[in-house]
Amino acid sequence: MTDQAQLLPGTLDLLILRAVSLGPLHGYGILLRIGQISGNALLIEQGALYPGLFRLVRQGLLKASWGTSENNRRAKFYELTTAGRKRLLQETESWNRLAGAIATALAPQPEEV
Amino acid sequence: MRIVDSLRFRIAALFQRSQVRAEMEEELRSHIQHRADDLESSGLTRAEAERRARIEFGASEKYHEAIQSAIGASFVTTWLQDARFSLRQLRKSPGFTTAAIVTLALAICANAVVFGVMDGLVLRPLNVPKSENLYGTLYGNNSAWQSYPNFLDLRERSHSFEELAAFNFAFVGFDTGKDPAAATGFAASGNYFDVLRVQPYLGRFFHASDEHGINSAPYVVLTYAYWHSRFHDDQGAVGRIIEVNKHPFTIIGVAPPGFQGTLMFVSPDFFMPMVNQTQLSGWDPNARGDTGGVFEEFGHLKPGVTFAQAMDDVDAVDAYLAKTYPREVVAKHTVLATEGLTSFGPPVRAFVTGLMALACLILLAACANLGSLFAARAADRSREVALRLALGSSRKRILRQLFTEAILVSTAGGALGVSGSFVLLRRLSTWQPLPAVPIHMPVNPDAKLFVFALVLALASGFLFALVPVRQVLRANPYEIVKAGSGARFSKRLTTRDVLVVIQIAICAVLVTSSMVAVRGLILSLHSNFGFEPRNTMTAGVNLAMAGYPTDKVPAMQRRMIDTIANIPGVEHVGMVNDYPPLVYASATRANVFKEDVSDRKPANATIMPYTYSVSPDYFAAAGTSLLAGRGFSWHDDRNAPAVAIVNRDFAIRVFGSVMAALDRNMTLQDGTHVQIAGVVEDGKYLSLTETQEPALFLPSLRTPTASAYLIVRSHRDPQQLAATMRLKLRELDAGLPIDLQTWNTLLGTVLLPSWIATMALGVMGFLGAMLSITGIFGMAAYSVSKRLRELGIRMALGATRTEVLSAALGRSLKLLAFGSVAGLIAGLLGTRILASIVYQATPRDPLVLAGAVIAMALLGLLATWIPAQRALSVNPLMLLREE
Repeated sequence: MTDQAQLLPGTLDLLILRAVSLGPLHGYGILLRIGQISGNALLIEQGALYPGLFRLVRQGLLKASWGTSENNRRAKFYELTTAGRKRLLQETESWNRLAGAIATALAPQPEEV
Repeated sequence: MRIVDSLRFRIAALFQRSQVRAEMEEELRSHIQHRADDLESSGLTRAEAERRARIEFGASEKYHEAIQSAIGASFVTTWLQDARFSLRQLRKSPGFTTAAIVTLALAICANAVVFGVMDGLVLRPLNVPKSENLYGTLYGNNSAWQSYPNFLDLRERSHSFEELAAFNFAFVGFDTGKDPAAATGFAASGNYFDVLRVQPYLGRFFHASDEHGINSAPYVVLTYAYWHSRFHDDQGAVGRIIEVNKHPFTIIGVAPPGFQGTLMFVSPDFFMPMVNQTQLSGWDPNARGDTGGVFEEFGHLKPGVTFAQAMDDVDAVDAYLAKTYPREVVAKHTVLATEGLTSFGPPVRAFVTGLMALACLILLAACANLGSLFAARAADRSREVALRLALGSSRKRILRQLFTEAILVSTAGGALGVSGSFVLLRRLSTWQPLPAVPIHMPVNPDAKLFVFALVLALASGFLFALVPVRQVLRANPYEIVKAGSGARFSKRLTTRDVLVVIQIAICAVLVTSSMVAVRGLILSLHSNFGFEPRNTMTAGVNLAMAGYPTDKVPAMQRRMIDTIANIPGVEHVGMVNDYPPLVYASATRANVFKEDVSDRKPANATIMPYTYSVSPDYFAAAGTSLLAGRGFSWHDDRNAPAVAIVNRDFAIRVFGSVMAALDRNMTLQDGTHVQIAGVVEDGKYLSLTETQEPALFLPSLRTPTASAYLIVRSHRDPQQLAATMRLKLRELDAGLPIDLQTWNTLLGTVLLPSWIATMALGVMGFLGAMLSITGIFGMAAYSVSKRLRELGIRMALGATRTEVLSAALGRSLKLLAFGSVAGLIAGLLGTRILASIVYQATPRDPLVLAGAVIAMALLGLLATWIPAQRALSVNPLMLLREE
């Protein structure tokens, strides 16, 4: 558990969008999916997921509907809206740019070697 | 779209809060169940798995709040919290709250009242269909009205109007059989109602088709108000025959409620056809030179006709008339304006706009006042704010709470102010300043006013809440908590100082301008009118109302004069035809020519004096002194050589000196040669603000009119004298309608605009003074309370009283002086505008200057008195022990 990384502020929404982009999921499912796609490297408090989900629904990036889960339990399923898909693309691109820039900045510089 | 969606979501969330919450809980429960399923499958018992899942999840309450704020349902909840908290805070300092609410209420009330008047008089057009396109002629160059033949010509020859109608006043005796009483009507052309496109409430209106020549249409249409008050809403009134000036007229209809003729500030009692005016006043509709027949002409401009085109059109008709009838048509340039305010329009508009500006200044001063109050309060509460910041409250939330407080105060102040203004405006709309004229202020407080006041209140709330914003944003919680409040008192000029200076400057402007106005009114009351209105009773008697034919008028008037002259204590009795000078702005001019002018067309007129027809003893009764020559005698009638008396201005303009004018001849428009028999002193004739004008007096015996005023000079008690006069005149003829007033009361009309202006400005000045007191007081009291400890130390170290006072109040007084000087200068510059309304309103009056300076100083003294006392009564020992 200790080698899990803290989430950067604002990245949770991006992760949620990414998790849901692979198909409709309920809240717990999203949590599992994030763990799965990140190789269990990210620490997310279980409850912290929900304010993010409600916010994304309000922004019109996700839509929610009640259904039955694989465990045969009632659960609320989230899926991407068109706006959500567009936002995911934008955010992914800008994240990659940022991550690339930071990686470049942190990489050993020639004069250090 | 996004905004709408979000709003819908918020509103839905608000109304379905319990539902949303239930759904949220279900979702969290479902999450825990799924987690428990996973844990169970890894080998735990169901109970243990559920327990573990719950612990892992943590307190769900924490997330509820986060979710609430994420979906925005909390907006209203937090606002309600803020409101409750603010109410508690406000209740904790009742002094501050009351001061703030009352200040704002006064300012909002002043604004709402002025706005109501502006809306009624200036913004709102006449209450008839398509009134924005309704243009009328203003009654001409300070003197003549219009003659009936001129009206007919204008109607036929102009091409700009859809149709022209006209009206005149009819002051008559109105007898329903039981109680004869004086009434005011409009004598209107037959098409009057059709041009205005008004429909009757009861019965019918008269139309152009009812007119078949002179006195052919003895019909009366009542206004709704008169039908209500005089006929008590009796449906049977229509069809009844009543007597107007002893002539039978039939009531044919009632006008709809809200229709009050074509003048905004005069509400007539009835309408009658203009062609029947002859019956009432002996007026000759065919006389082109008789300019007393038509007051104003009006009509809708044809579609596509511009105002300028209409003016050109009317000018062309004027030129035609002047060319065709050079003898009869008095020189005249017709001016068009939207119907309703006649020639009072421009001054009324200017004054009301000026008043609105002053009211806005009051509001601005009040905002500055409240702003500094709020800033002081925020400074006092800086410790509390710091604590809240330190405990994790966001600055946004604190500011929001400040704004909530300001909005609560402004809403309360606004509500109080607007209810006050409703009461005042209701009063104003039923106000009858002059008993003889049905003056009516068309002000009706309505929803528009309410919205205006509310928006104003909220806007000012925001304005004064903005003041402490920077203070809160800059607040450093650690510093403040460490240092304690009020430790810093910088020498720098703060926002608060600037606000106080602005506020005092504004108040000084208001005080100065109200003083200029009051002084102007006092001066005008004591200026030389050219007659002496004190100890003078007037009796307006229109013999036409009692049914006297024109040829019986002179004898009856002579009998009335003799009867009153015989009353013990009466010194002189005179008579003037129509109205005395200055009354009801009714002066008429005549074209007068030098003896050698042969072509008497208006352009050749030597002089255009105001003209009065007066009886022999008039000058003595009026107190007008004769400078040279003689007055009139009872022999100056139609059989004697025609004589005239002129005023000094006339004599000097035409002949160079008073003495040179004596016994010289002049020619009147109708060709009569008159010899100047005497010269009297100058006076005022049409208005108090006029520059010196020439005047010509003719013997009333040569041109008798049924309507005249008796002027009675006596030192007896006016009440008693009036009673005796009424009795004696009734003995002569019980049916005489008599208007008995002292001359000073009668002059109320001419002074009314000045009175209203002075009253309004006086109220503004008073409000300004109140605001400056509260402003300076707040500032001084605050600075003293902040520095009590410092003052105590100074006293303990041996400072004198003067030193303590200057330390405590020096800054306030400096600000006061600075603001006052700025305000005085602005006020003096601004009063130039006043000069056009208030007679003799000169800003260069040393008395006004001194008055304003002393007033501001006194206000300052008054406002700093209590704080000064507090500063002086500081007990250093007590104070140092306390902290």
